[in-house]
Amino acid sequence: MKITSRLTSTHIVYLVVLLTIIAGTILVATAGRSFFSAGNVSSILTGTSVLGFIAIGQTLVILVGSLDLSVPYVVSLSSLLAAGIMANQPANILPGVLVALAVAAVIGLINGLVVSGLKVHGFIATLGSGLIISGYLATNYKGSSGQAPLSFRLVGATGLGPVPISTLIMLACAAVVLLVLDRTRLGHSMYAVGGDINVARMSGIRTSTPIIAAHIICSVLAGMAGLLLAARLGVGSPTIGSQGGYDLLSIAAVVLGGTLLAGGKGSLVGTLGGVLIFAMIDNIMSVLQINPFLKDVVRGIVIVAAVAVYAGRRVVSRTARFDDTPQETVSTRQEVGA
Amino acid sequence: MSTLAPDRKAELRRDRSPRKDRLLRGMRTPGGAVFLLLLALLAAVIVVNPSFGEPGSLIRFIGRTAPIAIAAIGQYFVIVSGEFDLSMGSVVTAQVIIAGNLIGQDDAKVLPVLLLMLVFGALIGLINGLVTTLLKIPSFIVTLGMMLALLGLVLYWTGGAATGNPADTFRQIGRGGIENIPVLEILPYPVLILLAIAGGAFWLMRRPYGRTLVAVGDNARAAALTGARVWWIRTRAFILSSLAATVAGIILVGYAGVHPSVGRGYEFTAITAVVLGGVVLGGGRGWVLSAAAGAFALEMLFTLLNFAGVASTWRDTVQGVIIVAAVAAGARTWERRRRGASSATHDKQTPIAQPPAVGTNEGGK
Repeated sequence: MKITSRLTSTHIVYLVVLLTIIAGTILVATAGRSFFSAGNVSSILTGTSVLGFIAIGQTLVILVGSLDLSVPYVVSLSSLLAAGIMANQPANILPGVLVALAVAAVIGLINGLVVSGLKVHGFIATLGSGLIISGYLATNYKGSSGQAPLSFRLVGATGLGPVPISTLIMLACAAVVLLVLDRTRLGHSMYAVGGDINVARMSGIRTSTPIIAAHIICSVLAGMAGLLLAARLGVGSPTIGSQGGYDLLSIAAVVLGGTLLAGGKGSLVGTLGGVLIFAMIDNIMSVLQINPFLKDVVRGIVIVAAVAVYAGRRVVSRTARFDDTPQETVSTRQEVGA
Repeated sequence: MSTLAPDRKAELRRDRSPRKDRLLRGMRTPGGAVFLLLLALLAAVIVVNPSFGEPGSLIRFIGRTAPIAIAAIGQYFVIVSGEFDLSMGSVVTAQVIIAGNLIGQDDAKVLPVLLLMLVFGALIGLINGLVTTLLKIPSFIVTLGMMLALLGLVLYWTGGAATGNPADTFRQIGRGGIENIPVLEILPYPVLILLAIAGGAFWLMRRPYGRTLVAVGDNARAAALTGARVWWIRTRAFILSSLAATVAGIILVGYAGVHPSVGRGYEFTAITAVVLGGVVLGGGRGWVLSAAAGAFALEMLFTLLNFAGVASTWRDTVQGVIIVAAVAAGARTWERRRRGASSATHDKQTPIAQPPAVGTNEGGK
């Protein structure tokens, strides 16, 4: 018990990562293949990149106490816009990327304004904005459209050794966001607002700024994921986001990474661990050729089981709003008496 | 509240405002406003298409909306206790596929399989509830896991394609009705099931269980300190939600037939309906019949768009705008209430009886 009480949830996430690697090595070896072959490592890392982008943004949104369910539609919209503007012309790559990210940022801004200004729960606000985009996509696009030029498609296909470029870009985004969270006033306000919005306001924080910023960053990163998917497929697709189920999977990855769903407590590094766990489990199941329907069963059980590992103790480690332990009440009384 | 002495009860009754005041005040809450929204939408639909106002087509509309309204009532119990149930759509699909595969064309199997489905539904709810409350995992994650695992299991069992066509006696539950009713022509069974469930839910929310459920959703710590067994109260809410999804599934077999995507998105539609009904996510506020009215308002909106000739692909967009607008309006109302601005009628001190005249009790001074 003493050791577990000193471990933070991020440590536990990486213990689970280690456990998954050990289990993966054994299971993949029984299938007569190597878990650490360059091809396999590269396919695991490729699997982390799309979900990784979205989960980084989702971490920020959950930290400020909101949720973003609109990401799958932002992913689809961004892939369609980028592929549509590029239209197989290498000269159009930059405008395509910029327009896709700018539209994503505007969606994030609207989400943030609705959540912070109109006081609508993030669940409803982003469910609504997701539905709005989904209606637009269904009306205007009948199938995949646009064409990404070869030089843009290379981003999704090349790598440095076994590490794909897309994963490196994702890690670079994670590093920037980590810096913002740990070293800037904005990052600290995000934790404060997520912990208790009223206390944050009374401490002099403009509570709407961190919420809006988190939503904008989340949507832009979802836009990046859409660009990556457009690079991989070569076209934009109106269903690519919702097929991936990125809204719920990214929330699961964030919670798996030890972030409190209610906000205010969590870490980006843990989220990356959560994404890695998902990617490795998917990879192991593909190598073992498990029935695709059973994959969902395993995913569901892993999500609940992994969160169960530290769910109980995390509630304890959360700062109590009201003291209910008898000793502490006694000690406060003594202080008052003295 | 039967322990109150009779005169105490009479005192409570005397202290209440007149019925008209209470009704007006209720209509100004989000839970009351949804009924006004529903009436406005109904009026709009009848203006666009007058034949919709005939009793026969109205009752068929109610029958069509019954499954989603029942699902919304089930979701209400979970949401008002401060949790989420995302597994609802998978439960609907699972039950539909179970009915398709186990009943077949054998009439004798209808009743046993019906019982099995109810037990299965209750079991799913029990697992959701116990894992959420005892292992202290957020219900969002538990029911998300259940949603993936249950759908995966059922599709693995059937090999991905839902086959089977349950006996007609079973499908009659969803598509049949009592015929030869004077004004309505036909009274569909789903309407009767919905009425029974709505009545039961209304009754349950006035029982000690319902009162405690709302208290748990408002402040679980305070409810626990007053002696409520929070874990068991929440677990029962999850069981009720899964049972409601089961009933919705039984009705949908009659309407839509057996199909693996029949329950897709049901959880979000149900949550949308509940929230449209003015129930606050996070728990502790909202009325159960408003949740059902929210489901009707949503379906009525789709009917209106349909008659107005809006392309069905825009449905999602309109649904999105409506729920954000409704919740934003609701949030403002609740906020005003907390500040006390709208409760002026409530605060006004109306003298209950004439104050005693000076000196009457002073012993003949």
